[in-house]
Amino acid sequence: MKISTEMVEHVAWLARLAITGEEKEQLSAQLSRILDHMDKLNELDTTEVEPTFHVLDLRNVLRKDEARPGLTVEAALDNAPEREGNLFKVPKIVEG
Amino acid sequence: MEYETVIGLEVHVELKTRTKVFCSCPTTFGAKPNTQVCPVCLGLPGVLPVLNEKAVEFTIQAALALNCQIAGFSKFDRKNYFYPDMPKDYQISQYDLPLAAGGHIDINLSGENKRIRIKRLHLEEDTGKLLHSDDLAAAASSLVDFNRAGVPLIEIVSEPDIRSPEEARLYLNKLKGIIEYTGVSDVKMQEGSLRCDANVSLRPKGAKEFGTRTEIKNMNSFRAVQRGLEYEVERQKKVLESGGKVLQETRHWDETRGITVSLRSKEEAHDYRYFPEPDLAPLVISREWVQEIRHLLPELPAAKKARLIEVYRLPEYDAEVLTSSKALGDFFDATVASYPEAKTVSNWMMGELMKYLNARNLEIGEIPLTPGLLADLLRLIDQGTISGKIAKTIFEEMCSTGQPPEKIVQEKGLVQISDEGAIARVVEEVIAGNQQSVADYRAGKEKALTFLVGQVMKVTRGKANPEAVNRILREKLQS
Repeated sequence: MKISTEMVEHVAWLARLAITGEEKEQLSAQLSRILDHMDKLNELDTTEVEPTFHVLDLRNVLRKDEARPGLTVEAALDNAPEREGNLFKVPKIVEG
Repeated sequence: MEYETVIGLEVHVELKTRTKVFCSCPTTFGAKPNTQVCPVCLGLPGVLPVLNEKAVEFTIQAALALNCQIAGFSKFDRKNYFYPDMPKDYQISQYDLPLAAGGHIDINLSGENKRIRIKRLHLEEDTGKLLHSDDLAAAASSLVDFNRAGVPLIEIVSEPDIRSPEEARLYLNKLKGIIEYTGVSDVKMQEGSLRCDANVSLRPKGAKEFGTRTEIKNMNSFRAVQRGLEYEVERQKKVLESGGKVLQETRHWDETRGITVSLRSKEEAHDYRYFPEPDLAPLVISREWVQEIRHLLPELPAAKKARLIEVYRLPEYDAEVLTSSKALGDFFDATVASYPEAKTVSNWMMGELMKYLNARNLEIGEIPLTPGLLADLLRLIDQGTISGKIAKTIFEEMCSTGQPPEKIVQEKGLVQISDEGAIARVVEEVIAGNQQSVADYRAGKEKALTFLVGQVMKVTRGKANPEAVNRILREKLQS
């Protein structure tokens, strides 16, 4: 399957990745090769095979609804590039 | 051309667990910003989520109450998007294997029953809260509180079976009532524990295909849902009638301006690149587990409504209103337990109580009136201590102060005058002062009697026993 440079641009935008024109070409070729390999795998008949939903054979890993102390406000905000009072401060993201 | 409205609702309900869905942080509403956070819900590197058992049980309870089928196998997925309300840059949600699907809610549409199907119901985590200074346009930054990030949330998606904004409001109201009965959520729109988005489209009447839809967000009250949808239906109609095309997009309901405004192109924003959450093991839900949870369900509105009609012979309309919220239904049951005249209790609740609550935009739990107080008041009327009219005044006082009715009667001097001697004296005074009306009555004008009764009531400030006043007046006038 061919991944166009436009598609690479779109996915890069969705993932908020800045890539150069050269990288676009490179990624387009690499991603196409990965998908070609997937197509190869798709040639196998898996109609009788249960899908693997998880690599570990685990089910129902649950915990009780009991509260435990988390971080203090100070610790929580310690790595924040910017704060205002006890709030994280981020660039304005209001859309519209 | 005549158009048909097609609406589907996506309702989010916050579950009332003590802790978050994937970590052990408490979920107390209204806590100081960023005081209920930990490395997991802050999305710090290297942490692992662990699913809260109670959140799964609450989800299944809600799903059963909404007549859904519970999945035997379910898993979680990552929904990827960049927005600072999610510190991980993805939300843990469910994509292709939700916990439940295929339910329905019956709404009452001017006497007719209409079934709205529920497509799916899944469990996910809530996002953090973004705060802005008052002047939105001027603010250069946003502030984030992550207390809400990771609070368990269920999303209930209806089929596009809703045909008007009114039906949408009825569906939402019924949904709120049912969830409230199960006790798995507070379902308070004003606190955000119940939220509603809508998909709206129009199509020519009779057409099979759906028109292009828009998604409406930010409708924060029942009134806003109806108004927002009414606006959007009209807007789309105008676009279509002028030969234009409706764009598939997300629109934001602006309560102050009473309009919806375009937010962003939907296709792009909804490219969420879902994939299975590798940090959580899948869920296998046995029939036994579902049965256990089913037994935890309390009486639901439909069953309660049937009981009120069957046991108390209430009209269907009364039963519908009294079971529309759990608090109202519980209040009725408790009142009838000590004052068994069910229809009288229903009349007072549907009349005076609803009038009081609606006028103040309050819910029954927010006023000091108790079932015991209402029962006491009704007994005072039966005993003849107060008239039905005075009782309404006392009722209002009880609703705002929570004082016992006897005390209000004493303090305000509202005891009914049943002393016939006292009434007779007032009647004589009124007859002496209103000779014209007396002559009219004697000449055969029944209406004059009503006037004279009114005069007696005026002198006694409404406290005279009306039945005694009528009788004594007639006697005196005939003698």
